Amino acid sequence: MPTFVSGKRIAGLMALLLAAFALVGCDQSNREWHGKDISGLMPPLEFELIDTQGEAVNASDSEGQVRLVFFGFTHCPDICPTTLARLSQAVGKLPDNERERVTIMFVSVDPNRDTPEQIAAYTRFYGDRIAGVTGSEPQLRQLAKRYRTTFGYDEPDENNNYNVSHSAGVYVFDTLGKARLLLRPDLTVAQIRDDISALAQERRS
Amino acid sequence: MNGVNALLPYDFSPWTITSYMLVMVFYGVALLRMPASERPGPGRIVTFVVGVVMCYAVMQTAFDYYSQYMFFVHRGQHLVLHHVGPVLIALSNPLPIMRFWGRKIPQGARPWLAPVQLSYRVLQNPVVAPVLFVGLVYFWLSPGIHFDAMLSRQLYWIMNWSMLLDGLLFWWLIFDPRSPYITNALGYGKRMLLLALVAVPQMLLGAWIVFSRGMVYDVYEVCGRAWPLAPETDQLLGGLLTWIPPAMMSVLGILIILRRAMHEDGRYPKQPAALIKSSGHMNT
Repeated sequence: MPTFVSGKRIAGLMALLLAAFALVGCDQSNREWHGKDISGLMPPLEFELIDTQGEAVNASDSEGQVRLVFFGFTHCPDICPTTLARLSQAVGKLPDNERERVTIMFVSVDPNRDTPEQIAAYTRFYGDRIAGVTGSEPQLRQLAKRYRTTFGYDEPDENNNYNVSHSAGVYVFDTLGKARLLLRPDLTVAQIRDDISALAQERRS
Repeated sequence: MNGVNALLPYDFSPWTITSYMLVMVFYGVALLRMPASERPGPGRIVTFVVGVVMCYAVMQTAFDYYSQYMFFVHRGQHLVLHHVGPVLIALSNPLPIMRFWGRKIPQGARPWLAPVQLSYRVLQNPVVAPVLFVGLVYFWLSPGIHFDAMLSRQLYWIMNWSMLLDGLLFWWLIFDPRSPYITNALGYGKRMLLLALVAVPQMLLGAWIVFSRGMVYDVYEVCGRAWPLAPETDQLLGGLLTWIPPAMMSVLGILIILRRAMHEDGRYPKQPAALIKSSGHMNT
């Protein structure tokens, strides 16, 4: 009995494999994102922080929402105001049913100067879809480390003014808390809106 | 990050700590148990330990924190993992220790090690080794891959370990203590050629980073720096660290090999090729 495999059989097997690949391909969203796709690169959203009322808050409190996490500080001269303005503009351009499913999370990494009240006053300026949070430095360090980012402080001047280095990117988590996108600072409002809209429309499973 | 904290791992990796501990334990036990005639002298032991400790330090202390959030510190980390650490380890000539443990491998287990030996031989091929050495630097520094590697904890560890293991393989090929006159070790001329060849592409890459006007590696911008340093300065310093020290390591390597070649010149009588081959086998 010859043991070789016939050409027909090989062709059949290959067709089967191709079909399987095609199915797998269909299953995943083949969308071209404007932001950087970080699915599988980073762990799901998890944190223990305090909100602007001074109450403890964690990731499950905002489950079901697309969360746009941004690290910053209220004395930030450039990156934070422009990023928050662009994010709130993008969210503002969404239809009502999508907008309700999006939360911008502003994480202040300067807890020494930013009190919950100060953060509340700061975020209120950028609309109603934004939640300000902060925490103790160890809590903030833990969260930053989880998302492979960091922050650092400059030496304060005589008026206790100092600069804070922090991430310029926005980490986007889907309604299930999975890390999905990293929005680089060079994206336009329309591009951000497109990406968030697609995530807000995703079927909840 | 002060005092003791600076010495503790930023990203604790049990696998890494275990590996380093095993290396030191195997080295120490072999030193104590081997015959005094084979034992390396204090200078070689210190060189080995310094090499290992340097690699450990850049992976499991606060240095690793700064490497994750500063491009130039990251380049310093890879300089140690891919060059300085492995160079010291290879120069310390741990061959007696390897032979000591090699003799302990039971005869029955040897056939099972054949695939390891084969892959080692492929990796130490004089064409494969330099391509892999430079290729890895280019691979992990290609902007898209670099971005992912700095974002994903898993990729980050794969990157650092691959740089260290490849560094060890390459510099072991270069500083193989066995003389090519009496063994099948790579000839001194070829070793020097390899060192010169790997220096050029590394210098080009470093120069390209230094002279790039825009931000080549924006992941440090996106993910925040350890302290507020101007991005251009960070990139410039990182480019210089990619450009100059690796080229200097090549020059240093060539000088060391040249010295050895001159030292051995005329020491061994010319032998017929067949004899070289057989004595080579005896020594490996």
